[in-house]
Amino acid sequence: MAEENQRKIVIPGETIFKGNDYLPGEGTEKRGEEIVALKFGLAEESNRLVKIIPLSGAYSPRRGNVVIGRVENITFNGWVIDIEIADRAFLSLIEVPRFVNKNDMDEIMDIGENVIAKIFSINQRGIDLTIKGRGLGKIEEGLIIKINPNKVPRVIGKEGSMIKMIKDETGCNITVGQNGLIWIRGDKIEDELYAKKAILFVSEKSFIKGLTEELKKWFEKKEK
Amino acid sequence: MTKEFKRNSGRKVDEIRPMTAKVGIIPNADGSALFSFGDTIAIAAVYGPKKMHPQHQQNPEKGTLRCNYNMISFSVEDRIRPGPNRRSTEISKITEWALEPILMIDKYPNMVIDVHIQILQASASTRCAGINAAAMALAHAGIPMKDLVSSVSIGKLDKQLVLDVDKYEDSVFDEGEGSTDIPITMTPKGDLTHIQVDGHISKEQLKEAIEMAKKATKEIYALQKKALKAIGEN
Amino acid sequence: METSRLTGERIKQYLAQGKRFDERKPEEFRKLEIEIGVSKNAEGSARVKLGNTDVIVGVKMDVTEPYPDSLEKGILMVTAELSPISSTRFENGPPKFPAIELARIIDRGIRESKVIETEKLCIKKGEKVWNIFIDIYPINADGNLIDAAGIGAMVALKNAKMPKYDEKEEKVIFGENTTKNLPLAKDLVIPITFYKIGEEFIVDPTQEEEDVSEARITIGSANGIISSVQKGGQEAIKEEEMIKVLDTVEKVWKDMFKNIEKFLK
Repeated sequence: MAEENQRKIVIPGETIFKGNDYLPGEGTEKRGEEIVALKFGLAEESNRLVKIIPLSGAYSPRRGNVVIGRVENITFNGWVIDIEIADRAFLSLIEVPRFVNKNDMDEIMDIGENVIAKIFSINQRGIDLTIKGRGLGKIEEGLIIKINPNKVPRVIGKEGSMIKMIKDETGCNITVGQNGLIWIRGDKIEDELYAKKAILFVSEKSFIKGLTEELKKWFEKKEK
Repeated sequence: MTKEFKRNSGRKVDEIRPMTAKVGIIPNADGSALFSFGDTIAIAAVYGPKKMHPQHQQNPEKGTLRCNYNMISFSVEDRIRPGPNRRSTEISKITEWALEPILMIDKYPNMVIDVHIQILQASASTRCAGINAAAMALAHAGIPMKDLVSSVSIGKLDKQLVLDVDKYEDSVFDEGEGSTDIPITMTPKGDLTHIQVDGHISKEQLKEAIEMAKKATKEIYALQKKALKAIGEN
Repeated sequence: METSRLTGERIKQYLAQGKRFDERKPEEFRKLEIEIGVSKNAEGSARVKLGNTDVIVGVKMDVTEPYPDSLEKGILMVTAELSPISSTRFENGPPKFPAIELARIIDRGIRESKVIETEKLCIKKGEKVWNIFIDIYPINADGNLIDAAGIGAMVALKNAKMPKYDEKEEKVIFGENTTKNLPLAKDLVIPITFYKIGEEFIVDPTQEEEDVSEARITIGSANGIISSVQKGGQEAIKEEEMIKVLDTVEKVWKDMFKNIEKFLK
């Protein structure tokens, strides 16, 4: 399969492939002998499975996802967290890795503060979060930026290669939430803004090939 | 029906005004687009899916599409007082009905997809331009859809069917049987998601009008597709 | 997205060093783009972009009875519609305070400066005067709607043409404009709004910066003559800060004026 065919932008209703050789994956459906796109995005085929990589659109929460959110409310047994999707997420008292006195909940995390959490359950009631785990917890300082959640895989890169380059080049600690919120923490504000620029660069060019090379070149140019 | 029918604008009977289509014009929105037929310019922004408020309007079985069509005060010669009116309320609903059949929003219970349409400049066919912009904006927003829809107005001027009615033809033309306005929205396969008739027309001519719309919407669809695919080039 | 407290802290810290996220100086505006005559059915119109903030302003005119306390003067009415098309922060419905305030600030700057020569808008004393409507519509809201709207209003007024008035039929003939401009003074009265963040002041904030600011002061002026001042926000502005703002506004206005002029040619 030629490189050109592997990734092309398709619109809803557009036929991606004809023929019974292919299977309809995410964002597509089979109509007769055709694989048709149901979403706007990049059509990708691998091992006969055709799927759409969205270029835009909302975040679909999944168990195990690390997300970044903002405390919206404190209830008697936990914190209601806004993770920028329709459903509210909830962090229960018991999902905090230390003893919490019910009267001091706002000392642990107050309304308006940001937190890195992991989704451990999605059910009728909503989304349940935990901060038991490495790298999770309240964020004390730094920058929080937002990108389109569909660009997150690109920003992270294959096996984390893209985000690692950005961390190395800028000297920042970076946590990428699957919901598109990203926390950047550096020694200097300049470093944090540099990392922000690099992330936005990748996010805006997310659909081109050879993005890792492009980013490398971008960093080299900036060094000069 | 003579081919020599002269339109005030000099257009041929089956000629659409020059169209433009652009995607991604409103950065704050999840999806956005502009569409124009000649002097009629519509912009659309999509926000969602998100939690539906007020709560009593939530549908626990599927997502809700909510459209709001608005003509800005200076889009027409006679200034429109800002705020909703009966016409814009009706067109908002019609726009919803024109778009809903192609949306696949079953998996968004209790959520809403808000589509805001503003007409920046009006020279008839505003609802069609709005629908065309909204369809692109919905795709741009990543909403799952079976297809796009494309909308155009067919006019009957006296006995002659014409494509893409402009302001003169809609409000001034008054010869013979007068002016009949037929806005139509179709999927690329020819399924009708919206049709209205305002005027005076026979069954045969209406069938012809639908055929005319079928051809025209292909042209419009090609433009919408091109605009969406050009997104990388902005 | 609401600006996080963390980012707000960073904005303040950086500004304390005199720096902004997008590398602008505190008194520097974002890239200005103006499109004139964007809406043909308006007597005058303009689309103004300051960075990602995108506002369209239109001028419409009509003939009406004058107010009883100014029988020979034309009437001005400014409206702003903050539609949710431009931001998730706005809702449909009757205008709420931000829309009303925006309209009134723009109105104040134009009205008090007398940049519109309203005596020349009289058709028949006590009976018929021209009514000017200025309507403001944000298309994308990313901070500083006030200044963008103010620039748009001024440019739309400058480029507007008087409609034809049929004396016999006593009505306006829309769609057939004369080549006459509106009776305007030479100046460009532009609002410049200074936003207070911590101990610093900036102009033309992005939405993030605007979210973090605690007070603002809008000064409508032209060539150093101030016609309107309006303070907004919950924090106080110290006297020295006010003086500093007044000392700065003329230069900022001059720079903005030069930028706008390029588009008016």
